[in-house]
Amino acid sequence: MFSLRDKQLAKEIVLKIKKSDVQLKFMHVCGTHQDTLVKHGLDVLLKECGIEIGQGPGCPVCVTTPKEIEEMLLLAQNGKVVATFGDMINVPGKKRSLQSMRTEGCDVRTVYGIEDAVSIAKENKDKEVVFMAVGFETTAPTTASVLMGKPPDNFSILNCHRVVPPALKTILDMGEIKIDGLIEPGHVSTIIGLKPYEFISSEYHVPQVVAGFEPLDLLMASWMLVKQIKHGEPSIENEYTRVVSPDGNVKAQKVIREVFTLGDIKWRGFPVIGESSLELRNEFEKYDARKRYEDELEPLVNKEFKEPKGCKCGELLRGLLSPKDCPLFGTRCTPDKPVGPCMVSMEGSCNIEYKYTKK
Amino acid sequence: MCLAIPGKIIEIDNKKEHAIVDYGEGTKRRANVSLVNVNIGDYVLVHAGFAIQVLDEEEARETLDLFREMLSEEDT
Repeated sequence: MFSLRDKQLAKEIVLKIKKSDVQLKFMHVCGTHQDTLVKHGLDVLLKECGIEIGQGPGCPVCVTTPKEIEEMLLLAQNGKVVATFGDMINVPGKKRSLQSMRTEGCDVRTVYGIEDAVSIAKENKDKEVVFMAVGFETTAPTTASVLMGKPPDNFSILNCHRVVPPALKTILDMGEIKIDGLIEPGHVSTIIGLKPYEFISSEYHVPQVVAGFEPLDLLMASWMLVKQIKHGEPSIENEYTRVVSPDGNVKAQKVIREVFTLGDIKWRGFPVIGESSLELRNEFEKYDARKRYEDELEPLVNKEFKEPKGCKCGELLRGLLSPKDCPLFGTRCTPDKPVGPCMVSMEGSCNIEYKYTKK
Repeated sequence: MCLAIPGKIIEIDNKKEHAIVDYGEGTKRRANVSLVNVNIGDYVLVHAGFAIQVLDEEEARETLDLFREMLSEEDT
């Protein structure tokens, strides 16, 4: 349809940033942003301009906890048809992954979206189908919309949906890392708009820019953050105006509100984050796999699962480390034999770093 | 995960719930359009089988001009 590429303009933006003579640290929370940054060498280019950009907890598969993975594995072991996104299949649990269970004869299906999982349920009335519903605000309305459409009784979801702004607040509250500016995720923002981020600039005085996914988008967003910092006026700005409207997708927000209510949930690498989960409302409980299979999942209820030994995904997701700081990166942990989820997911910073710089 | 791909609506069902989206190069796929208000010919952004936004081609084309304007007005 349209390509946002202009080499001259990119050069001009880089020159502007260079001239501003800054030493700054920005965080973004989106695997697709990370992919653009590393693929086009923008991370290196911006570092030369005094800006370090790292990925925070912006990978839904990566922030899903070891316990949630074990729940899914147990349901697959117990004969359920387990459907989920491709990235999730290879995330290692304590001893196995959905992929390894598939080779042992368990029925694990890779789907493009929740509607594909519902189709599997419709075509297999004699089987119980569980969809592992992972994803931020971008994906949550797809789950909500399907549940409102009354899927068949043999269908349920293992709900792992989370929302982004409370995680940003937690990172700032934890204070482990200096963040001079936040690049906000374009497609989460397509749904939620700009308002949910406002408190970060007003209460924490951190500049923010919602950005698109072309190289120019990220250069422009970086420069907009520099500008905010120079002017001392932190706010939430929108660089991705061709897609994100200030109010977001109101229809999708309404669907989310009708099906979910906010709850507290642990994120991988983080403690429990208040009001960061999307819990199913009572009227949709019949689709909640945790309720439906309560007895089967009981052995996991009070169990705590640690991170894989030596895995630094937790620190990476809090923005404390880069992939290459992890001693396992590219040695004991590779996309073919991943130790942690950040090496599995296409949105994970280790997977992206390996794909573009290690091969 | 939050990856979304643009495509053009070429067919919509009577209930306006699903549409056929043309992603170019012969790739066509059914998508749920219940989260947006769309007509045939519109460009949409599709995530996990759902259109999540309608794209304004004109606005997209103006993006570069907007960037140039922002750069020229600034003294940073």
